[in-house]
Amino acid sequence: MTYIAKPKVSHPSLRKNELGLTKRDYEGVVSTLCAGCGHDSVTAAIIQAVFELNIEPHMMAKMSGIGCSSKTPAYFVSQAHGFNSVHGRMPSVTTGANAANRELTYIGVSGDGDSLSIGVGQFVHAIRRNLNMCYIIENNGVYGLTKGQFSASADIGSKPKKGMANQQEPIDPASTALSLGATYIARSFSGDKEQLVPLIKGALMHRGFALVDVISPCVTFNDHEGSTKSYSHTREFYHHVTNIDYVQPTEEIRASYEAGEAMPVELHGGEVIVLRKVDNQYDPTSRASAFAYLRDRFNAGEITTGLLYVNEHREEMHELMGNVDTPLAKLPYEGLNPGNAGLKQIQARYR
Amino acid sequence: MSNPRPWQAVLAVRGKHVTRVNDVVIKIATVNGTGSASANGLLRKSIFRMGVPVVGKNYFPSNIQGLPTWYEIRVTGEGYSSRADRVDVMVAMNAQTYARDMADVVPGGWLVYDSTWPRSSLLNRDDITIIGIPLSRMCNEHFEGARSRILMKNIAYVGAIAALLDVDLDVVMQLLEETFAAKKHLVDSNMEAIRLGYDFARENFPCPLPVRVEKMDKTKGHIVIDGNTAAGLGAMYAGATVGAWYPITPSTSLMDAFRNFCAKHRVDPETGKRTYAIIQAEDELAAIGMVLGASWAGARSFTPTSGPGISLMSEFIGFAYYAEIPAVIYNVQRVGPSTGMPTRTQQCDLISCAYASHGDTRHVLLFPGDPAECFWMSPVAFDLAERLQTPVMMLTDLDIGMNDWMIPELEWDDNYVPDRGKVLGAEELEKIDKFYRYLDVDGDGIPYRTLPGVHPKGAYFTRGSGHTKLGAYTEDSAEYQDVLDRLLVKWETARKLVPEAEIRYSKFNKAAILTIGSGDGACKEALDRLQQQKVGLNYCRVKAFPFSDAVREFIDKHEVVYVVEQNRDAQLRTLLINDIDADQRKLVPLLHYNGMPLHAGFVVERVLEEIAKGQAA
Repeated sequence: MTYIAKPKVSHPSLRKNELGLTKRDYEGVVSTLCAGCGHDSVTAAIIQAVFELNIEPHMMAKMSGIGCSSKTPAYFVSQAHGFNSVHGRMPSVTTGANAANRELTYIGVSGDGDSLSIGVGQFVHAIRRNLNMCYIIENNGVYGLTKGQFSASADIGSKPKKGMANQQEPIDPASTALSLGATYIARSFSGDKEQLVPLIKGALMHRGFALVDVISPCVTFNDHEGSTKSYSHTREFYHHVTNIDYVQPTEEIRASYEAGEAMPVELHGGEVIVLRKVDNQYDPTSRASAFAYLRDRFNAGEITTGLLYVNEHREEMHELMGNVDTPLAKLPYEGLNPGNAGLKQIQARYR
Repeated sequence: MSNPRPWQAVLAVRGKHVTRVNDVVIKIATVNGTGSASANGLLRKSIFRMGVPVVGKNYFPSNIQGLPTWYEIRVTGEGYSSRADRVDVMVAMNAQTYARDMADVVPGGWLVYDSTWPRSSLLNRDDITIIGIPLSRMCNEHFEGARSRILMKNIAYVGAIAALLDVDLDVVMQLLEETFAAKKHLVDSNMEAIRLGYDFARENFPCPLPVRVEKMDKTKGHIVIDGNTAAGLGAMYAGATVGAWYPITPSTSLMDAFRNFCAKHRVDPETGKRTYAIIQAEDELAAIGMVLGASWAGARSFTPTSGPGISLMSEFIGFAYYAEIPAVIYNVQRVGPSTGMPTRTQQCDLISCAYASHGDTRHVLLFPGDPAECFWMSPVAFDLAERLQTPVMMLTDLDIGMNDWMIPELEWDDNYVPDRGKVLGAEELEKIDKFYRYLDVDGDGIPYRTLPGVHPKGAYFTRGSGHTKLGAYTEDSAEYQDVLDRLLVKWETARKLVPEAEIRYSKFNKAAILTIGSGDGACKEALDRLQQQKVGLNYCRVKAFPFSDAVREFIDKHEVVYVVEQNRDAQLRTLLINDIDADQRKLVPLLHYNGMPLHAGFVVERVLEEIAKGQAA
């Protein structure tokens, strides 16, 4: 494998964002994933989302574990700090980094092996802490780097290229996150950029733990007939339960929505996401009904996508701990202990 | 049946005693969960307040309630800091262990027991004095409520011991007043219980015993503290802002201490907001991951753990070594392997910490010898971790961490400035053309690092996969090896930066003792005792790994070096051979690994044995 820098020549007429940066400025090195890999589409969606959100590249931290998905942070926003940690442990590193510096935008990219097998414990506990981050799972049902073993998200009956069909219950990241109290849960498909980009934007701006589970087919090991994570299977069985538009705080909500179908949700920074419900019965603010809906559609063999659940009211990790607003890493040392005079007083009880 | 005229027995054996002042070991056997800890603390503190040095050791079960537990107070006018391997006065409050406790008393010693209930006549020794005090009966008569009676029974034995050893009741009273400042009625009831035991002992037995306590002036300017508390305090003073941990005996009280100190000194008085984050992780793997994330983002961050935690953290420790991320890990060692004996002490993680993780890794270790060093080595650990951009492990043990040590009062240098190491700020990054993460600019093996969110030029990709000195991914042999070799240069830099060993050297001695950590007190006491037998030995206590040149020279200068450590496999000896190529024929292992703290008697005996062997050969 090689490390290829992209040429930094860009067309002068490329659109610039509010920071004067073009989309090229949000790119990374050339991907070394297989041609047609769903993950590259997710990378493109991330670039688009971050570009449109006018995030300063160096104010962003790209976190990952191990696996095909976890390589992708190298492929977007070169000027953001990246942390490619050990297998399944991205959530803990992100928790610590966020504890130290809450001013950064944290985006974690993981896979179904990284998050649902070796790292399921850390995935679960980051949610419980309502860690303020955007957590993307590039979900393809197989292990790519070790050549095609089933992952924990493989559906019952899904067939591998060789050998027996999967017989074990899959772990669904979305309903798992729902049961654990994640405050922003979305699912999408790498082949549906129109839906995916606003979902990632909402996830990045959400205050708290935002999960985006992206069905991202593995062209090499899991895109064949009989696989339930292939492009064709996903296209056939996935359906939008909500569509969302992401509105910057400065923009007006221009689109018109039919009453009952549209639901604006204001994020903590003043941004608004407007949910357009495809299914009028769906209530993305109710954990119980969202859970029931997801289960029913799953049992019917469907892949429900869209913003599945959102709660902007729960406190995130720092608020729960009662921390100062200044990032802990930036506190001046002087105020961090009571000096020798204080030490004398502290020791009174040990005399 | 108990002795009907106990004082006669006292008088009978008294002739055998040598009167000893301020040299007595009291061991108190109770049942855990009965509140005896505060009573024992009261006794220990009272003696300390009389100006007499004390050593307090807990021998406790891995259990919450109902199992035997012991507290041992060594009164040592000479100011030794290790345990003595004897019991002069046993306070046998636990029927479960009565027989064993009685057997532990030295011939000519004393056993105090609750004579409310009869003892079996089988349980007797005619070479010790039995002192029966009806503690339960007296407390049942004077106090209401089951819980209160149990607690007061503990306080009452303190009163009895105070009478037997001649502990000043005014000092006891003053301590009670300090402890229960806001609750006057508790001072009164506790004092009443003290009086019950005290008066009964005085009325029924000749007090004081030939072993007694007498006021001295040797504890002025000193405190009694455990190592975990001192380390937690040290972490706060060092400016740690993020602590992540998974509770594990015997390290838990370290984070408890950090939390308590921070709750007092790290809260903004106006907003009530905190300048620290303590995250209780889901396991040790996550705890160290959090520490790395926080350190990477620029906070001083640490985790306290014990041996099993190190096993779980190892993958990340190797990552931090290779990706060069600071981390401070306190390992309060306990008995292994596996779950081992969680409430017993050992120094059994030396090798697993020195080389934690797969691949070629080696880690900087610090070995505090007592709580004072737990305190002052804490800022040193953070400074080294950030200067060297690598994990630094503080290896204490249960003996240091959870027992009560007398140490000189702690001092803080208000001029201390944390060494944050080679971190490029926004201005420096603005000036340079391009930043390369793993370039050895200064020739000391330490590259420059940047923190996220500071400057666009500072961005780099942190990875545990093969990387070049510029920070890029690589699978190229030469590029990979270049970085791995540079890490050895850094190792040599570390050797010069770590705390120097404590060395006592006289050219007249051809042999020496070399030890580590909590072995210090016992070895120093052993040196005194051996000297009395005309065996003169030099002394070296290593305080860090890698070992300094001074340690190498020390070994070179001796014919025999007794390496005293608390594990089965001579791990310190192995590290000496491995790291500084010490001549293994010279290094004689003296190994103590039964889970109890080391004591001088063991060292003396083993040294004399080895000398005898040498002479026979």
